[in-house]
Amino acid sequence: MLGYGFPKSSFMKGMSYRPDAIVVDAGSTDAGPHKLGAGTAIVSKQACKKDLEIIITEGVKAGIPIVIGSAGGSGAKAHVEWTRAIILEILREHGISGLKLSTIWADIPVEVVEAKLSEGKCEPLGATVKPLTRERLHATNGIVAQMGHEPIVEALKEGADIIICGRAYDPSPFAAVAIHRGFDPALAYHLGKILECSALCAEPGTTKDSMLGILRRDSFVVVPLDEKRVCTAVSVAAHTFYEKEHPYLLHGPGLVLDLKHCVFTELGDGSVEVRGSRIERTPVYKIKLEGAMKVAYRTFVVAGVRDPLLIARIEEVEKQVERQVREYYSEIDPEEYQIHFINYGLNGVMGELEPNKQPAHELGVVFEVVAATQEMANAICSSVRSTFLHYGYEGRKSTAGNLAFPFAPSDIPFGPVYEFSVYHLMEVADGLEMFRHEYTEV
Amino acid sequence: MKLYDVASVLRSKNSGPFEITLDVLFRDAEIYRKVKASGRINKETIARLYNIVPELISHIVFFDQALGFKITFARKVSSGTFLDRDVYGAQQHAPLMELEVELE
Repeated sequence: MLGYGFPKSSFMKGMSYRPDAIVVDAGSTDAGPHKLGAGTAIVSKQACKKDLEIIITEGVKAGIPIVIGSAGGSGAKAHVEWTRAIILEILREHGISGLKLSTIWADIPVEVVEAKLSEGKCEPLGATVKPLTRERLHATNGIVAQMGHEPIVEALKEGADIIICGRAYDPSPFAAVAIHRGFDPALAYHLGKILECSALCAEPGTTKDSMLGILRRDSFVVVPLDEKRVCTAVSVAAHTFYEKEHPYLLHGPGLVLDLKHCVFTELGDGSVEVRGSRIERTPVYKIKLEGAMKVAYRTFVVAGVRDPLLIARIEEVEKQVERQVREYYSEIDPEEYQIHFINYGLNGVMGELEPNKQPAHELGVVFEVVAATQEMANAICSSVRSTFLHYGYEGRKSTAGNLAFPFAPSDIPFGPVYEFSVYHLMEVADGLEMFRHEYTEV
Repeated sequence: MKLYDVASVLRSKNSGPFEITLDVLFRDAEIYRKVKASGRINKETIARLYNIVPELISHIVFFDQALGFKITFARKVSSGTFLDRDVYGAQQHAPLMELEVELE
């Protein structure tokens, strides 16, 4: 994972095998929708530059292509430009020139999505994805699609030295290098799936290390590069569980990877050989779209409750606090804001999914107000805080205050809250149609 | 025995922003086979443990080579937006840990 850091020693050990390419995944939706919505990166510039400096200088020295998947985390225009600026800075600082830089954009114009929606060629991916109305679509900040290997293979054919991909299906940049060199796409994608999480398939697993993949005609081998780590048949087999909805059927752009019949063999030196991966092209090529929209502004407060009388009726008191605040702000449309309490020590982590109803001896209470503007969220949250602090619930004995605030000031304006508004599969002609290339000579 | 006594990995994570996926992996092939054969891991059990309707569960799959099984269900609130409580979905596994399994 680009920007998570890796030991230079294992990277250099990998380079001693004289690899054909260096590939790194930079993408994830794990951190939520705001990275895509706000156009910010998942890692700091310093962290990204530190990793890229090693990758680029060593890759250039070895004369092999460097491929970066899902640049900047979300892989939209702002993220790709951010990554490209860092790369250009590194090249300048090291006096490197004479390279061909390829940028592959993954942004999808809103008009394209709108047209596909009306043709019935764009469907939600998941039972709880909200319908993509025209209003929500137009409120969305930038839509990206996950590219397959095809646009990356194209850039490799053009002789690109550094390829910066916008949003990509995580294994695609790895698979592209192998497919470009004529290897079996099933093995290429399966190996890509393993390598995109770096050394997570080893024991002990980590995303902060380098990992080597060696492709053969009918198998591949994964080799951990740090002496502390070994791969086992089970650790590599189990890796495909990670973050995927199915343990051996993996859906990618225009393809389904079937790993059910794979055979994993330990080679005795900490590496594992894999054979039997299968791939099927889907009859219709579909790409996964991601988009985020701003839904509100938030202000929140962190507080603690130690009083057993209050703990015993915390949810009831919170309802009363909300009712009183709503009465106080009766001039504001009740739909324009929402109040929410999270009670750590009761059901803070799981909410209504929590089976254990027994509260702890103290509670951490986080309460938030989301509203149409930051100003409104601040004002209402301030009322929630003061009302909650002094609320005279039935049976109260601690009449001086109900909440322990760890910080002053207690109210924290958070800024905008985003939501994944687009998480859809869209039909396209092929893997190249939606992804535009740009080449720069450096 | 509880599932967490016999599993070597028992975790939860997002599989995309609209789903939670639970992974249970074993070291011992015999224990894996017994848990699989017990028939305890089914939609009814999971729906009850997580207080969700069975229709939200999209996959319950055993994978023999990996000595593990996976359960995937839809989130009611997508990752990182208002009302979400676990952006990465990394702490939703605890109810499954408590599941009683018969290994005799």
